[in-house]
Amino acid sequence: MSVATSDLSDRTRTAENMLRIRVGILLLGLLVLPFVAPGYWIFFAGLLGINIIATQGLNIMMGYTGLLSLVHAAFVGVGAYTVAVMQARFDAPFWVTIPSAGILAAVIGLGFGLPSLRIRGLYLVIATLAAQFILHFVFVHWESVTKGDLGMTVAPASVFGFLLNTEVRVYYLILFFVIISTIFARNVINSRVGRAFIAIRERDLTAQVLGVEIVRYKFIAFALGSMYAGVAGGLLAYFNRYVNPEQFSLFLSVFFLAAVIVGGMGSILGAILGAAFMTILPEVLRGVALMIGGGFGFDLGTILTPLRETVFGILMVAFLVLEPRGLAELWNRFARRWAGKAKPSSH
Amino acid sequence: MSPFQLFIEYSVLGIAAGGVYALIALGIIVIFKASHMFNFAMGEMMMLSAYFFYAASVTFAFGPAIGLAIALAGSVAVALLIERVAIRPMLGRPFIAVVMVTFGVGSILRGVVGMIWGPNEMQIPAILARTPVFLGDIFVPGRTARAFAIATTIVVALIVYLRYSRAGVALRAAAADTVTAYSMGIDVRKVVAFSWVIAAITGCISGILMANVNTLTPHLGLVALNVLSVVILGGLASIGGVLVAGFIIGWLEAITVLFLPTEYREITPYILVLLVLLFRPNGLFGKPVVERI
Repeated sequence: MSVATSDLSDRTRTAENMLRIRVGILLLGLLVLPFVAPGYWIFFAGLLGINIIATQGLNIMMGYTGLLSLVHAAFVGVGAYTVAVMQARFDAPFWVTIPSAGILAAVIGLGFGLPSLRIRGLYLVIATLAAQFILHFVFVHWESVTKGDLGMTVAPASVFGFLLNTEVRVYYLILFFVIISTIFARNVINSRVGRAFIAIRERDLTAQVLGVEIVRYKFIAFALGSMYAGVAGGLLAYFNRYVNPEQFSLFLSVFFLAAVIVGGMGSILGAILGAAFMTILPEVLRGVALMIGGGFGFDLGTILTPLRETVFGILMVAFLVLEPRGLAELWNRFARRWAGKAKPSSH
Repeated sequence: MSPFQLFIEYSVLGIAAGGVYALIALGIIVIFKASHMFNFAMGEMMMLSAYFFYAASVTFAFGPAIGLAIALAGSVAVALLIERVAIRPMLGRPFIAVVMVTFGVGSILRGVVGMIWGPNEMQIPAILARTPVFLGDIFVPGRTARAFAIATTIVVALIVYLRYSRAGVALRAAAADTVTAYSMGIDVRKVVAFSWVIAAITGCISGILMANVNTLTPHLGLVALNVLSVVILGGLASIGGVLVAGFIIGWLEAITVLFLPTEYREITPYILVLLVLLFRPNGLFGKPVVERI
């Protein structure tokens, strides 16, 4: 996964080139997608893009640095509300609101992380769980700013005078951010900072002995992950054009958690695969429930949410127990077999 | 009523609620002691037990006594299943990974209960008398008072049991040093399974008590999140501290209502847990055993 950047052997260089070609084809496909695919797909692609950004963020914290966060949904919410409020109050353009969304989420994230990031594991989990509930409470009850349960509508973003008022146009904005955030995540992970993250995850005491300033890098990882959530939330506000507290419940935090686990912790590809899997899964479940439920006369409205919770839970447990490296590992294994020769993997 | 009387009355109510908190917290701590893993599915185990009780005593009309026995048996069976299928394979894996597994388990239990029993409130048969108890002038609702009495009795009994029984000694040995415990002939896997049985029992009883004081919904399990502050304040390492911590947290939660608007009640547990993490991260009686970096 982490290819050394300095002295590439021939084989890794060809692998790198292959990757470039594949990514190029993928990008081309994504660019022309709106011209060939039905509108329903574009809607999904947009949602998927937002989920990918948020999952990348959680993956930086959890997958690479080992900091489990249950407040991710609320940080997405912070981003979404930042956009909604800044636009409603100051009529701020998107190139102001989206970065503000990221920065505010990072700052609030550090505020909650500060007391517990110095201590290990469990306390951070509990602190983030508390933060999730407290922030959700703020969304609901700080009515003078968030309009409470009523929610806020968001006017379409305007990019250099070009109004993003259709799903296709927002799709391109989201695609742009997905590309930027994926490249950024990849570069961070392949840098000194990323190696520090991984060292902390593997054994923090050893990392410290080797001269990694653990607390500082934990702060960086936490702020970075929260920033990704904030940006994803900002995009979500422009995408849905509506923000309300219900969207950012603990359930969504568990959704991102499951996405990281299913995709494969500590893998950029994994975050993308996991987000894709978890975005499509509810639709598949809805389809299955419709098919089966029609026969038995179930009330779909009441059964769908618990069914989703059950399946999310089963996936989390199954992947953690059976394949902790997630879909990314399954993908790599498949790709290797497909490549034919049983040459050793390059990572 | 004078403000002082009001304060006393709320305090009593809060401490009474704290008894049940201590019972739930005990289930979390026993598992933590035995295997150094934190069970975030405790609330869902509790809720499931209450639904077992409902099914046995109302749906199948066995009555409360047999209903309780069936609920206990069902809870223990589920706990052992969880331990065997989801927890034991995670032995030796990072702490965070095991925590995530318990989140997954919680999600499964919540979903299954939601699918079987639906999201509506249910009324379980009243096993606690409603006649209020008077402490001098102070009025305590009957069910709260009795729930407190039952929970506290069980907590004390379990603390004594874990202190003096062979099983309790084995548990503490396993907690102190797994490898040495193994070499002294203690089957640590059995100790872990035993801790899950204890958790199932405390969860089952606290679930039924909670469902009696409030009503039975799939959200019943959220109470266990309130208990996180009890667990931290009591100190993860000490079983005895849990009772005092339960009273303190229950009391604080109740009296905040006097100072803050009522809607803040839903987040007082979380503010409390953050405050506890800030000021007493090792608990009231805990030694600073948390690995700092």
